[in-house]
Amino acid sequence: MKVEQLGEGRAVISMPYDTLLIGDPVTKVIHGGAVSALMDTAGGAAVVAHPLAGLGTATLDLRIDYMRPATPGQTITATAECYHVTRTVAFVRATACDADTDRPVATATGAFTVVKGRA
Amino acid sequence: MKRPEPVIQVKRRRDLALSVIVNQVPYIEFLGVSFDRHGDQLTATMAFHDDLIGNPALPALHGGATAAFLEVTAIIGLAWTSLWGEIEGESLDIEAVQTGVLALPKTIDFTVDYLRPGLPRDAYARVRVNRSGRRYASVHVEAWQDNRDRLFAEASGHFLMPQRDG
Repeated sequence: MKVEQLGEGRAVISMPYDTLLIGDPVTKVIHGGAVSALMDTAGGAAVVAHPLAGLGTATLDLRIDYMRPATPGQTITATAECYHVTRTVAFVRATACDADTDRPVATATGAFTVVKGRA
Repeated sequence: MKRPEPVIQVKRRRDLALSVIVNQVPYIEFLGVSFDRHGDQLTATMAFHDDLIGNPALPALHGGATAAFLEVTAIIGLAWTSLWGEIEGESLDIEAVQTGVLALPKTIDFTVDYLRPGLPRDAYARVRVNRSGRRYASVHVEAWQDNRDRLFAEASGHFLMPQRDG
């Protein structure tokens, strides 16, 4: 995974296609679990990148909706946005796309802890 | 009266079916997840390794690794439960599973609750299939580390069942 963009409560992280990540051997489509891991990473990064949040965070919950299978061979890019932050909780929305950015592969919403004054 | 099937034969049949279902998915090996079987009860284990750490300061398991572990376990647990009748009836088409013709359930949505930080040790998970219909299934997964009663994560998800001929 690679951080493409980071700042102001927003994070863009990409995950190149790899045969190790295959979930369905016939269609060669990446496993949903790998997409979940990417979403969680992007969500956490968006929280850390928010000016009101600290440097550490942990996921409280994460819900992922799978819209369609990702096209095999293409990089999946997740964009996460921290749309509300309180003193203790950060709320995040995320979208994952492959090369066809008009039709998301999956969307996610999550809640992350906000830790202040700690590295 | 029909004699009961020898235990060794029963175990061989069930273990073969399980290994064939699990081995068709490359991502399971990548994550380092394995499955133990006792009768029809499966327990998944994600063996700890350093690549799974998300927060090196604590250190704690990465939330993404935990989510992936739960989702892998849910899919295999659901497939196992739905194929159990065929495994026991000796009508399971092993080749169809091996070649992936017999598809696995597909995730529609998956919600993970992180209850406490994952520790740097092995994690275990078990699945409860709450409803398994012809099209859709509803599945719950519980994951723990040292104590079975102290879950560190749980998840619920909906799955699309593979459509089969006939």
